[in-house]
Amino acid sequence: MTTSPTEFSEPVAVAAGNAPAGRPSAASARDVARVLLRRPLALGGLVWIGLMVVLALFGTLIAPSGENDVDVPHMLQGPSGLHWFGTDELGRDVLSRVIIAAQPSLEVSVVSVGFALVAGVLLGLLAGYYGRFADSFIMRCMDILFAFPVMLLAIAIVAVLGAGIGNAMIAIAVVYTPIFARITRASVLSVREDVYVRAAVSIGVPDREIITRHILPNVAGPVIVQTSLSLGFAILTEAALSFLGLGVQPPQPSWGGMLYEAQGFMQQAWWMAVFPGLAIVLTVLSFNLVGDALRDVLDPRRRTQLEAAARP
Amino acid sequence: MLWIVGRRVAQLVIVLLGVTLVVFTLIHLVPGDPVRTALGIRFNPAIYAALRQRAGLDKPLVVQYFSYLGHAVTGDLGVSFQTGQPVTQILFQRLPATLSLAITGMIIGVVIALPLGVLAAVRHDTWVDSGARVISQLGVSVPDFFIGTLLILAFTGTAGSLPPSGYVSLTANPLEWGRHVLLPALAVGLVAASILTRFIRTAVLDELGRDYVRTAAAKGIPARIVLRRHVMRNAFVPVLTVVGIQLASLLGGVIVVEVLFAWPGLGLLTYQAVEQRDYPVLQGTVLLIAAIFIVVNLLVDLLYAVVDPRISLR
Amino acid sequence: MTEPVFSVRDLRVSVRTRRGLASIVNGVDLTVDPGRTLAIVGESGSGKSMTMLAATGLTPPGVDVDGSVRLLGTDLRTMRDRQLRAFRGRHVGFVFQDPLSSLNPLMTVGRQIGEAYQLLQGRSRADARRRSIELLDQVGIPEPEQRVDSYPHHFSGGMQQRVMIAMALACEPELIIADEATTALDVTIQAQVIDLVTQLQAKLGTSVIWITHDLSVVAGLADTVAVMYGGRIVEQAPVDELFERPVHPYTRALLAARPRIGDRSPLAAIPGSPPSPLQPPPGCAFYPRCSVRADARCATELPPLAPVGPGHLARTFYAGVADAVPGGSVS
Repeated sequence: MTTSPTEFSEPVAVAAGNAPAGRPSAASARDVARVLLRRPLALGGLVWIGLMVVLALFGTLIAPSGENDVDVPHMLQGPSGLHWFGTDELGRDVLSRVIIAAQPSLEVSVVSVGFALVAGVLLGLLAGYYGRFADSFIMRCMDILFAFPVMLLAIAIVAVLGAGIGNAMIAIAVVYTPIFARITRASVLSVREDVYVRAAVSIGVPDREIITRHILPNVAGPVIVQTSLSLGFAILTEAALSFLGLGVQPPQPSWGGMLYEAQGFMQQAWWMAVFPGLAIVLTVLSFNLVGDALRDVLDPRRRTQLEAAARP
Repeated sequence: MLWIVGRRVAQLVIVLLGVTLVVFTLIHLVPGDPVRTALGIRFNPAIYAALRQRAGLDKPLVVQYFSYLGHAVTGDLGVSFQTGQPVTQILFQRLPATLSLAITGMIIGVVIALPLGVLAAVRHDTWVDSGARVISQLGVSVPDFFIGTLLILAFTGTAGSLPPSGYVSLTANPLEWGRHVLLPALAVGLVAASILTRFIRTAVLDELGRDYVRTAAAKGIPARIVLRRHVMRNAFVPVLTVVGIQLASLLGGVIVVEVLFAWPGLGLLTYQAVEQRDYPVLQGTVLLIAAIFIVVNLLVDLLYAVVDPRISLR
Repeated sequence: MTEPVFSVRDLRVSVRTRRGLASIVNGVDLTVDPGRTLAIVGESGSGKSMTMLAATGLTPPGVDVDGSVRLLGTDLRTMRDRQLRAFRGRHVGFVFQDPLSSLNPLMTVGRQIGEAYQLLQGRSRADARRRSIELLDQVGIPEPEQRVDSYPHHFSGGMQQRVMIAMALACEPELIIADEATTALDVTIQAQVIDLVTQLQAKLGTSVIWITHDLSVVAGLADTVAVMYGGRIVEQAPVDELFERPVHPYTRALLAARPRIGDRSPLAAIPGSPPSPLQPPPGCAFYPRCSVRADARCATELPPLAPVGPGHLARTFYAGVADAVPGGSVS
């Protein structure tokens, strides 16, 4: 019943201009659910992602045909009742290929971002927590990686290791590690100087405990947000690699690869390019929307701004 | 002030050295023998030996690295495994095409994003804002080669009159260059516009919320002038920073678009080098693009120091 | 009887929040006569700043404002935004709380001071610059011809506030509104700024509205004081009258809570916290924290603002003996 005296401090104009000091309330799963429910787009994104996961796991069972059921007499047919997305130059059902291609796309994305996450967070923790030499060294290395445009480095790595889905994963993992490292380090730095952490250190709490108990929860928020965003961008990177013939290798279908194959048949069969492309767009968009919604809940700075704006 | 510049340049040098190390390592990550792989079926013992010699692949690694570095500084980046042409020469032949594409794409991006971002910020929390945000979300999610594909579908062949590929140099024939650059630049520019719109919106929104904007309004300055003179001017530097960084990363990002439109720039060169296992050329393009990226980032950083009077005090 | 410079009738301000309607200002009447100073005193959350922002049309979108506001006889509430801006800029000068963030960091002080002068009065840039130098001199900034091209962060806090004052005076306004203008400053600087404003006011005949939570500031500079609580005026009186014969329990508690030099008794803080704008209590807003509670109606009925002395109004059922505050009046 009694509200804190500063909760409705006026004026609104001042509050909107300068973010108030102090740590915001910790986010809970309920907060997350509430934000998602309030944003139909983000919710839709979540649903779509769920659908893609289902396709990735059970695509071969769901698809009407196999991914390589060649049927040359019926090649290059437009969308119809029989083939919702039409057929390609070998008579294969485009819908089935799009469905089945979900699996390598998601697999590459999840695996590579997973590695990048683990490696990046570890490096960021080391750099942020132990500071000094470890910090300089690690962050210089990250800077060097950051110096390469993403596509360029990914292509270069795959080029030297050899084309293929595994090497694509390695390339993407390497390229995406620095961002996780940087985010983690920033979070660690912002918490490390907090009084309760320094108190814990001074009474001799072991490092491992300090990190897991105090620092990781603070790191979790931004990292989760970045994970969602990176999952989306990884799909883009993988699609580009496959488009260039460097990622998923034919005959395994991939959305990027299908776009490449569609090049030769642009004028005759627009459906060969449009549907795989749409699959990419919708999936990446979903990850972005969910990531943005999560950011409003989990990123401490953003929450502070939003909480301030919500006050009268 | 000079001190700041000095420090940043020193950092740049370190990062650049690191980049050369990475680039140098690339060729040594190739499973097997890079020269043999490159030559493939055209394998010829004499050429093989000559190329290995020229690339210095028989010396110890450390020596190789410093030799590579030394040569790079003087502009010698080796020779192509495929054509024997000096890599540096090839690079500078292809650079203009990429530059003209990247810059044109960027201009398109800014022309779209600036009004959109400002509008979204000024009218934030209205449908204009939500619309702009959705559009920019969409733009960020679309691969540039898909946009390119759609553009090709829509505007070339039987549907339109623009050429689907090919290149005419700007200096040779501006009009033809224009016709050829339009679609690829759009593909690049639309994606850039989406990214920029978000940044511009955020930057302008940040400034709009600041106290001095309230002061200006209280003084009676008309809203439009407040926007132009106070908000935009203060948001200018962060926005310019993002534009600069975007442009730099475009240089690497145009690879796929160049392949799609057969645009003979550094991107297409990179792709061809990968296809042909021409590792020196690959190393060269990676090095050049990364170097440009780093330098542009440095310039953008220094811009802050120059423009913001608060920084020169330090 | 001269026309008041500024008058507000039944001002109400509310905001729609996620948790409901928040009533921040609940019917405020104010008047400022030419050349006089009105001080509005209250805690954070009393609605004092919002009253002024709302009256002058500076509230952010989403805030509902009701009531009548007249500046120099002109009704501000019926004006369109563009007109309102120009009119307000010409006739009202604002001094805000935090000068560093209220000044554009990337614009020289001279240009900021002269901006309104140049735009609103159609002057040339050279004229505006001259005016800026003149104003910097008036507010006591040394070497104004050099300083006019400096940036805000080159000045100390007190100097920055002087710059704000110079900026407020640029168009020779009839009214200056100072919103917590000295709160962010050291005590000694506070005194200097207050002196400056008082001198300028005497010289230029400007009216001043001084918004503050600090009673000690009020004593030296106000002619009339209005005490706000829970979005309403709970007491209003000429300054001496207020300090010598405070009536409302809140005012009395505020005066009693001031620390006195040499007094070692514990600070008499007011327990509890201000009412929530979302759930205003029925009856007197101060009732939950009041130590007097003299009348049965206090809890259920809102007391009207009624006269209790010469020029002295109070919103309370406690018509108790207006005895002197322990320790005397002002300082």
